[in-house]
Amino acid sequence: MKTTVPALRHSAQRPRVATVIMKRELAAYFSGPIAYIVTGLFLLFSGILFFSAFFLQDRAELRRFFDNLPILLSFFIPALTMRLFSEEKRSGTIETLMTLPVTELDVVWGKFVAAWISAVAMLVPTLSYVVTVALFGNPDPGPIVGGYLGALFLCAAFSAIGLFASSVTKNQIIAFFITFGISIVVSTMDVFLIFLPGSIVDFLAYFSASAHFGSIARGIIDTRDLLYFVSVTLLFLVLTVEVEQRERR
Amino acid sequence: MIELSHVSRTFGAFRAVDDISVSIPSGQIVGLLGPNGAGKTTTMRMITGFLAPSGGSISIDGMNIAEEPVAIKRKIGYMPESAPLYSDMIVDDYLRYVAAMQGVDADAKVASLANVCGLTEVMHKNIGELSRGYKQRVGLAHALMQDPEILILDEPTSGLDPNQIIEVRNLIKEIGRTRTVIVSTHILGEVEMICDRVIIISKGKIVADGPTEEIRGHFGHYTTLRLTVGGCTRDELVHLLGSVRGIGALRDANPVYIRGEAAPVSLMLSVEGDEELRPAIFRLIADRGWTLYELAVQTSSLEEVFRALTVDAATGTGTSNEEVV
Repeated sequence: MKTTVPALRHSAQRPRVATVIMKRELAAYFSGPIAYIVTGLFLLFSGILFFSAFFLQDRAELRRFFDNLPILLSFFIPALTMRLFSEEKRSGTIETLMTLPVTELDVVWGKFVAAWISAVAMLVPTLSYVVTVALFGNPDPGPIVGGYLGALFLCAAFSAIGLFASSVTKNQIIAFFITFGISIVVSTMDVFLIFLPGSIVDFLAYFSASAHFGSIARGIIDTRDLLYFVSVTLLFLVLTVEVEQRERR
Repeated sequence: MIELSHVSRTFGAFRAVDDISVSIPSGQIVGLLGPNGAGKTTTMRMITGFLAPSGGSISIDGMNIAEEPVAIKRKIGYMPESAPLYSDMIVDDYLRYVAAMQGVDADAKVASLANVCGLTEVMHKNIGELSRGYKQRVGLAHALMQDPEILILDEPTSGLDPNQIIEVRNLIKEIGRTRTVIVSTHILGEVEMICDRVIIISKGKIVADGPTEEIRGHFGHYTTLRLTVGGCTRDELVHLLGSVRGIGALRDANPVYIRGEAAPVSLMLSVEGDEELRPAIFRLIADRGWTLYELAVQTSSLEEVFRALTVDAATGTGTSNEEVV
């Protein structure tokens, strides 16, 4: 019997399987119109924020853009992630996918990385703002580097939330609103914290994505802020794997 | 070797599969037969690891599916019912993707599979634009990608036109020479044509299991003949048939329209035993000077077995087996 051979072969192939899934997702995303519509709209809205500060307030910086990035991404990332599992479940392709030699983890990781890359790709055109401020002013590089670094983490966390929402429903619209709901709450909660007593504010403030992102975007790299995004990402990835495993049971 | 021991699957309060034990040695073509909703798809989904059993265990070549799902999935090529595939992908890209997932060299394998499954002309079409028959063939190519030891096909011929059905059946027979194949269907003729062994499922339980010939023989030969005669009354015909030995129950069949014949009589005759009664019936009718319009075997013997078994298992709950025919 050659029972051990396939098992060994697979353990070496696991990253490869997730990569194949990721590539398929990216190809599906970029070969359709959604990628360009979403990226275009994102550029439009972020452009309004950036240029209103740039021209009206005459400031050569990206602060206004980064300040509003969590809210902006709360609208746009759900549009990228809503399809990931919902569509597979609605059309039944989840069955052909899951009966290939894969684990739930392979599928979740492959789809997550694809979503993350799509989200980051949406930010790439905004580098033109950096070029613009560099041409017309003398910006402090710290907040810009920090802002983009924080954006990578923010995209990862929101993508993981989106993937999870997509795994719990066959309906893409519902997946969109679950992701939007969670993301907008963690993006705007520090505004509402003013109304609460001080003792719980400190506790709840830890859950605010915009607070953690804000401190990274000021150019202060604190491991606690990074840890927040890593934990949120991992939490929702683990939950997604759990949802997928439960579907089998 | 596929072994199911006391396998059950419940969905809430509904028992889709109820304590099934079966073992399938390598190299058999097995037909899983049953009315819609009998538990065929659920059983297949459990063997392929898509669903976990609620009770009991499934092992393939000694490996338990709960412990080594990936190694087992590698052995199995599976095509779900109606072949759900990514409709926005081009056939060639899709098969290359499956090859990559299976760790197979795409350049060599995809072209040969396209040949075997008759896909060469549609390789650059979107899967969403394909006809049902072609889609089914892409599904078959998907299932055959890693040269699986076990091939599991859920309703592979449903929704195909008659020519496509024949092609797919021949393909399955061809593939089945070298590997284990499990095919589910509710078409009895299909099982008689391609399967070495029949497992009949009804209400989540196995009601018959054995070689196709044996199943047919074991439950006795019942054949139904359809007879349409002109130039006589129903009573005259019934009286005449009463003299033929071997004819069991008679019942009225749906009447047919025959040009120039006022009132043809159509009957269904249940025939017991192996004897061919048609020559005798023909001569009797011809001797009377009546006109014989139809004398045909209506349902195969396996179909009678199937009806008897699946209706019995329903114990008069009124389950309709109309779709079965």
